[in-house]
Amino acid sequence: MTMSQRQVLQVFETYQKARTQFVQMVAELATRPQNIETLQNAGVMSLLRPLLLDAVPTIQQTAALALGRLANYNDDLAEAVVKGDILPQLVYSLAEQNRFYKKAAAFVLRAVAKHSPELAQAVVDCGALDALVISLEEFDPGVKEAAAWALGNIARHNGKLSQAVVDAGVVPLLVLCIQEPEIALKRVAASALSDIAKHSPELAQTVVDTGAIAHLAQVILNPDAKLKRQVFSALSQIAKHTVDVAEMVVEAEIFPAALACLKDPDEYVRKNVTTLIREITKHTPELSQIIVNVGGVAAVVDYLGDSKGNVRLPGIMMLGYVAAHSENLAMAVIVSKGVPQLAICLEEEQEDHIKAATAWAFGQIGRHTPEHARAVAVVNVFPKLLNLYLDTKSSEDLQVKAKKALKSILQKCTYLPALEPLLYEAPSNILKHVICQFSKVLPHDSKARRLFVTSGGLKKVQEIKAEPGSAIQEYINAINSCYPEEIVRFMHIYLTYKYLQKQHHTKILLKEYSGFNTS
Amino acid sequence: MARLEKLFSHLENIKEQYFLKNRIAEENRQRENEAAVKIQRRFRGCQVRAYLRHLHKNATLIQKIWRGFTARELFRQRVNTAYFIMKMNFYNKMAVKIQQRWRGYYVRKYVHNYYARKRYLEGVAKKNDLIRRDLEEFAELQKRERERIALEKEEQEKNIQAQRLHFLLSTKQCPGVFNSPFRAEPDEMELRLRRVKPRSAPKERKTPKMTPDLSNLMPNRERLPPIHKKPQGPFRPALEVQQQRLRPLEPSLRVATSITALEEAREELKRQEWRTRVIDQTFLPFSNASQNKRYESLIHTITPFEQVAYGTKHFREEPKECCQGKKPFKTVFTTCHVFDKFGRLYSNAGNIV
Repeated sequence: MTMSQRQVLQVFETYQKARTQFVQMVAELATRPQNIETLQNAGVMSLLRPLLLDAVPTIQQTAALALGRLANYNDDLAEAVVKGDILPQLVYSLAEQNRFYKKAAAFVLRAVAKHSPELAQAVVDCGALDALVISLEEFDPGVKEAAAWALGNIARHNGKLSQAVVDAGVVPLLVLCIQEPEIALKRVAASALSDIAKHSPELAQTVVDTGAIAHLAQVILNPDAKLKRQVFSALSQIAKHTVDVAEMVVEAEIFPAALACLKDPDEYVRKNVTTLIREITKHTPELSQIIVNVGGVAAVVDYLGDSKGNVRLPGIMMLGYVAAHSENLAMAVIVSKGVPQLAICLEEEQEDHIKAATAWAFGQIGRHTPEHARAVAVVNVFPKLLNLYLDTKSSEDLQVKAKKALKSILQKCTYLPALEPLLYEAPSNILKHVICQFSKVLPHDSKARRLFVTSGGLKKVQEIKAEPGSAIQEYINAINSCYPEEIVRFMHIYLTYKYLQKQHHTKILLKEYSGFNTS
Repeated sequence: MARLEKLFSHLENIKEQYFLKNRIAEENRQRENEAAVKIQRRFRGCQVRAYLRHLHKNATLIQKIWRGFTARELFRQRVNTAYFIMKMNFYNKMAVKIQQRWRGYYVRKYVHNYYARKRYLEGVAKKNDLIRRDLEEFAELQKRERERIALEKEEQEKNIQAQRLHFLLSTKQCPGVFNSPFRAEPDEMELRLRRVKPRSAPKERKTPKMTPDLSNLMPNRERLPPIHKKPQGPFRPALEVQQQRLRPLEPSLRVATSITALEEAREELKRQEWRTRVIDQTFLPFSNASQNKRYESLIHTITPFEQVAYGTKHFREEPKECCQGKKPFKTVFTTCHVFDKFGRLYSNAGNIV
C-alpha cells in the first residue's frame, strides 16, 4: 500500500469515524427531553436522513435509533419524519436488512404512528403493514416485539386502521407471538390484540376466530404484572362487544383463576380484571349468574374495599349491572355484603362520575322488591342520595342519577325509620313518593302508627301544603284517616299555636334588635 | 053398488074438496114449505154440528196426544241439558280445583321456588366466604413470597458489600471498624465479613469490546492504569495481550458433546414418545380414497340436449326400473300409537249436546 493510497483511505476513515460519533452522540442526546428542542432547531432531521442510506450498517442503525427517539418525543417531529419521505426508505429496508436495523426501523414506525390517526394512516400508506408482517415472521424475538408494538400503535386509533391491520393478516401471527416464551413479546402482542379488538364487534370476532382467547387465558397465570395488565385488557376489549364473544371468553375457563389476580399487588391488574368482569356481566342474566356462582361478587366487593379512587369505578358498575338483571341476582349482591361497601364508596369518593355510578348501582339493587329496598335503606343511604340530588355543585348527570335512584328505591321501600328523615328535607317530587309509601304501610301496622306520631312525623305531614285533588292530598288523607279525628285536629291546633308563638317571638326579637340598634 | 052411488055423489064433493084442499094446501104450501125448510135446516144444522163436534173432539184428542208427546220430548231434552249443565259445572269446579293445586305446585316448584332460592342464596354466601378465604390465603402467600424474595435480595446485597469491604476485617493486632472493643460483641457486619468468602478472580466478559479509549481514560475497578501510555518496544498492545490471556475456552462442537450424546438423545426421544403418545393405533391414511373417486361429469354434457318431457308431457314421476323389484321400506321401530286414541280417549261428556 503506497503512501498516497493510505492517505486517501485515511481521509475516508476519518469521515466514517466522524459520522459514527455524530450519530451516536445524537442518539444519546435524544434520550433526554431537554435536548430535543435544541436538536430540532439545529435541523437534525435533514442531517439524519442521508445517514439512513449510509454504507456502514452501524451508522444506519444508530441513525434510525436516533430518528425513532426524536419522533417518539412529540408529534411535530413525527410529522417532520413523515414529510421528509423517510418512511418509504425505512419500509424498504425493513424487508432487506439485518435484525438490528429492523428493530430500529420498527421503532421509528411505532414512534411515528403513536401520535395521531393521520400519522398512522401515513405509515400505512407507505406500505409499512406488509413489511411489518414479514418482520413478525422473523425468528428474533426483539424484531417481533418491535413489529408487534408498531402494529399495535397503528391499530389503536380507529376502526379503519384496525381493519387495515387485520386485512394484512396480522392476527394469527400475533397469536403465535403470545405463545413465545419471552415475556416482553407476550406483553406487546397482548396489547396489540387489545388495541385491534377494541373498535368493533367484527374485529373482536376476527381476533376470536384465530383462537386468541385460549392462548390469552393460558397466560393469565404468569406472574409478570405488566403482562397480566395487557392480557386482561385484551380479554375485556374482546368481551365487551357481543354476548357470543363474552360467552366464549367465559368458556375459556378463566374463572376462578382471574379472581386470584384480584389480589395482585399491581393496581392496574386488579382494575383490568374488574373491567373484564364488568364487560362480561353487562350482557345477559345468565352470564351474570355464572359470575355470581363462581364467587365473583364477593371478590369484587373485597376489591372495592381494598382500592381507592378512580379504579373503583369498574367494580361499582359491575355490581350495578349484576343487580340490574333480576331480583335474584340483586339479592345475591346484597347477600355478598355489597351494599355496605357501596355506601362506604359513596362516602369516601369525591369525583362526581364515581358518585353517579354508585347512585345508579344503588338504584338497580333497591328497585326490585321491598326486601331489596329495605337492605338499601338500612345502610342509611337516603340522606346522602338526597344531598347529592339537591347539591348545586353536583354535575347534572349526578343529579339525574341520584334522583332516579331515589325514586325507584322509594317506590318499593317499606322501612319506615329510614323514610322519616326524608320527610323533613325532601323536595316535593320526592316527598310525593315518601308520603305514598307511608300511606301504604301505616293503615296496617299499629306499632308503626304509634311511632309515627311520637316521632313527630304526623306533625310534619300536617305541615305539608298540597292542592286539594292532587295525589299528595290523597295520600295525606289516607294517612289522616288511620288516626282518630281528635289527634289530627289537635295537630292542626298545635301547629297554628306554634306558628303564632314563633311569630310572637320574632316580633319581640325584632323589637329588641331595633331597640338595640337605636340605643 | 050403493057404495058406488055414494061415491059418485060424493064425487063432486070430492072434487070440490079436492080443489079446496089443494087450495088450502096451495095456500099453506109456502108456509109449510118454509116450516119444513126451517125444520130441515135446524135438523141439518144439528147434524152437521154434531158431526163437527165429533170431528173436533177427535182432532182435539189427536192434537192433545201429539202435543203431550212432543212436550215430553222437549221436556226430556231440557232435563238432559239441565243435567248436562249440572254435570259440567261440577266437572269445571273439580277441574278448577285440580288446576289450582297444579298451578300452585308448579309455580312454587319451578317459577319461584322459595326454598330453592333460599338455598341458592345460602350457597352463594358460602361460596363467597370460601372465595374470600381462598383469596386472602393466596394474597398472604404472595406477600410472604415477595417478602422472602426481598429478604434474600437484601442478604445477597449485604454479602456483596461485605465482599467488597473485606479489608475492614479486624485482626488480632488492630480491631476493625465494626468490632469496637467497647462493644459486648462484634457487629453484624463484622461477623458477615468473617463469614464471607473472598471474591474469585474477576470474570471477564465473553466477547470483550474493542474500544481502545477505555483503558486509558477510565481504568477498571480491578486494574490500575498502565504506567506507560505507550508500551516501549515491539510489544503487542496490552489490551490484545490481556484478551488473549484471559480468553475463555471455546471448545469445538466435537469436544463439547458428551460421549454418550447419541444414547442420551435416543433416550430423550423415547421418553418424549412415551409421554406424548395418546393413541396406540397407528394412523393409516385412507389410501383408497383417491382410487374410488368417480368422475362427476358436467350437467351440460350428461343431460340430453332436447326438451324435457317432465312439465310438458307428464307431471308425475314415472316408476323407475331400478326400484321395481325391490321391497318397500321396512321400518326399524314399531309405529308409536300417538294418534290412535285421538278423539276417543276421553268420555263424550265434553261434547255439546
